[in-house]
Amino acid sequence: MCDKYKFDNVVRSTAWSPGPGCHGGCGVKLYVKDNKVVRVEGDEEHPFNHGRSCPRMMALTQYMYHPERFLYPLKRVGKRGEGKFERISWDEAFDTIEQRFNEIKEKYGPEAVIFAQGTGRDIGGAISFLCYSFGSPNWVQLGLSGQSCYTPRLGAMTMVQGAPCVADCGQFFEKRYDDERYQLPKYIVIWGQDPSAGCPDAFMGAWVVDCMKRGTKLICIDPRNTFYTSRAEHFLQIRPGTDGALAMGMLNLIIENKWYDAEFVEKWCHGFEELAERCKEYPLQKVSQITGIPQEDIFAATKAYATNNPSSIHWGVPIDMCPEGTTVAQAISLLWCLTGNLDVPGGNVIARPAFLITTYPYDTQQMKDLYGEGIMDFINTKRAGADQYKYLANFRGWAQPDLMVQQMIYGKPYPIKAAWIQTTNVLGGQAADLNKHYEALMNMEFNVVVDTFHNPTTMAVADIILPAATFAEKESFRTWYTPLQIINPAVQVGECKSDWEINLELARRFNPSIREKYPTFQHLVNERIGAHGFTYQKLRDEHNGWVYPTEGPSVPYKRYETGLLRRDGKPGFETPTGKVELWSTRHEEFDIDPLPFYKEPPESELATPELFKEYPLVMVTGKRSPLYFHAEHRNIPWLRSKDPYPKVEVNPKVLKELGISDGEWVWVENQRGKVLRKVKASIAMDEKCVSVPHGWWLPEEKGTYPDFFKAWTHNCNLLVPVGNQSSSGYGGGAYKTTLCRLRKVSPDEMPMLPPEVHDGAKEF
Amino acid sequence: MKKYGLLFDLEYCVGCKTCCVACQQENGFDGDSCGIFINEHIYKKNNGRVQVDYLPFPTQLCNLCEERISSGFDTRPSCVKHCPSACIEYGDAEELYEKAKKMVRPVIYLA
Repeated sequence: MCDKYKFDNVVRSTAWSPGPGCHGGCGVKLYVKDNKVVRVEGDEEHPFNHGRSCPRMMALTQYMYHPERFLYPLKRVGKRGEGKFERISWDEAFDTIEQRFNEIKEKYGPEAVIFAQGTGRDIGGAISFLCYSFGSPNWVQLGLSGQSCYTPRLGAMTMVQGAPCVADCGQFFEKRYDDERYQLPKYIVIWGQDPSAGCPDAFMGAWVVDCMKRGTKLICIDPRNTFYTSRAEHFLQIRPGTDGALAMGMLNLIIENKWYDAEFVEKWCHGFEELAERCKEYPLQKVSQITGIPQEDIFAATKAYATNNPSSIHWGVPIDMCPEGTTVAQAISLLWCLTGNLDVPGGNVIARPAFLITTYPYDTQQMKDLYGEGIMDFINTKRAGADQYKYLANFRGWAQPDLMVQQMIYGKPYPIKAAWIQTTNVLGGQAADLNKHYEALMNMEFNVVVDTFHNPTTMAVADIILPAATFAEKESFRTWYTPLQIINPAVQVGECKSDWEINLELARRFNPSIREKYPTFQHLVNERIGAHGFTYQKLRDEHNGWVYPTEGPSVPYKRYETGLLRRDGKPGFETPTGKVELWSTRHEEFDIDPLPFYKEPPESELATPELFKEYPLVMVTGKRSPLYFHAEHRNIPWLRSKDPYPKVEVNPKVLKELGISDGEWVWVENQRGKVLRKVKASIAMDEKCVSVPHGWWLPEEKGTYPDFFKAWTHNCNLLVPVGNQSSSGYGGGAYKTTLCRLRKVSPDEMPMLPPEVHDGAKEF
Repeated sequence: MKKYGLLFDLEYCVGCKTCCVACQQENGFDGDSCGIFINEHIYKKNNGRVQVDYLPFPTQLCNLCEERISSGFDTRPSCVKHCPSACIEYGDAEELYEKAKKMVRPVIYLA
């Protein structure tokens, strides 16, 4: 064999987050030569991906060994924004952080330090250990208006059916589509997503293609035309943000026409009469007017879905970003419940982690054991938003992001003085209202950023930077959902440490019980998986790195019949009534509407007709790209070369009216700001919408103030407001429904600049 | 002598460009060179629906991963292995023609 294919060793591992950046799950093989990963291949034996991969995984070596990657801890030595950083040791970094955080704690209380993350991935455990060990209740997805990413859908599913579920592509079985228990869905409804571009929430987009090849038909709901919509038997081209009306209309049709599963509803559902009454408010004609979809198309698609069991629904983040995101998700989840598609083969299956092993402790007793008796009350009363939103206070541990940014600026109801920022580039990524978040972070006395490269956030506000390891450099494990699999390090790069290692070390300094219980990360891993007879080593050496449960509560189907879903072991669902709650008793407890309803977007042709005259296009942001994970990867040559410019996709008719040409740079603007984009003319776009991909800043440009890698020139979140959160506190971020217009660029016109704001940094 | 090549099922190419980066990794190309490109084609059909299609295009740089296969490292080119839609096949002309008959919208490229 020639030298090119000679390696020192091959490490089998699981991809998750740093590197490809994604929600992970794929089995990969890392080929090592001279202590460097020189090649990455998909693992053909791994049932999650069967050797298949994505552009970001194929480019992993360019990411790992990028000349600008952070390789050791840094501290700021100039003013914020000057870009002057100096190498320090890990000891100095940890000592400084410990000291500064403790000073703030003594003066203002532990709640004055926030712990900010980006999208889910493998950070929840590491960051909650640190946040709660320090004693802060403020674990937050800073910038993500309305916490509008999956949490609203998870909340809705938990209220309705006691646990989340996912479209069944056989992912709970090692043999996948060939497992004899599995059945192919007759239809998959893809609601607001291009699954191949993003692999969302432990779901590989290609699984939909696998099902299509085997005979599954599609129903697509999307404002854009995509690969999937053009292959769909039914395509409902929806007006952005009106998904709630469509779901209510579909529920109404299903009830009116008796397309529901009467036996399942009778035996397992609570509140059918009330729901039926509410649905009458959404007759077909009205729903058609709101959504812009022809009546006959809604009818045909609903009939196809409801009368062809099994069928499943696979949904995307636009649901969360609708006004009242939790209630829109509630309405959609009732569709699979009413039609008898819940926890059946080929339907929407209840998704639980393999062997019920969670990667970190989050049940109440475990939390109390680790962080002290008072922890739950403290978190659930003190975190931002807990006093205003009972729903939020009772579901998951998030602080409310729209309230948090206000609190960081105005110090009410109590001051926030420092931010730990990890797995998130707030200013180049998810933050709506960029100026407000810049002001808020500048106002902090002390900011720590854990990341892999400089970005607008590190440049603008970091006081200490810690270098994070990619998945190829770290030890970890994953149960989201199945299989139980390990992440197995192949190499060390620089002095980078994994998020787990970094956070556990600091957590030990703040909380002696962590030091005692988890002197090394392996202690934690083996505690989590050891109860089931596994060890990290055993999984690595004897199981290829993964194992599928073959029976028990984490294996489908129809677990509500056998008592596997409830803690008390009784049949039914883990809800107060033990049934699927079409009328939510918990919503009533939280003082919000127990039944789903529709609310018009905050800005739209119907809600704000005057504003619409001035800004007649709906700006749909957040289109996924397989080349980029959100705000990452613009510095990776193999990826950037394939999609080099921040674009706006526009229907050619709109361009003709405005006298704008394909390829021209234009302003996309509204009352809040303007960003520069290159036009891509495309009939895939509806004439009323433009698609403006998010996460754009230019790593090749100057990083120092006021350039900040041109974030203020290109980041479309300058145009997106905060403060539209739902009545639950979760959902409603207006990333898909903000109004805008396009304007030709005049030669002397400057882009926007970051505002001059108070710098609250305290010197070292 | 047998002619080898690639077979694509256009029905299932999602346009993700995994094949392109797989090729660049395999051959050590920089961002500007690649053995395969993906072209996007968006058009209106007779029923008024918009079709979004992607067409993989092997360039002059494609050598069907000759070394990858001759060295015994793999039996398939890297693009074939890593395509998430599994819509690329590798083989000799006769094999590909037989496989193509079972595909929805097959295109054969022979090197």
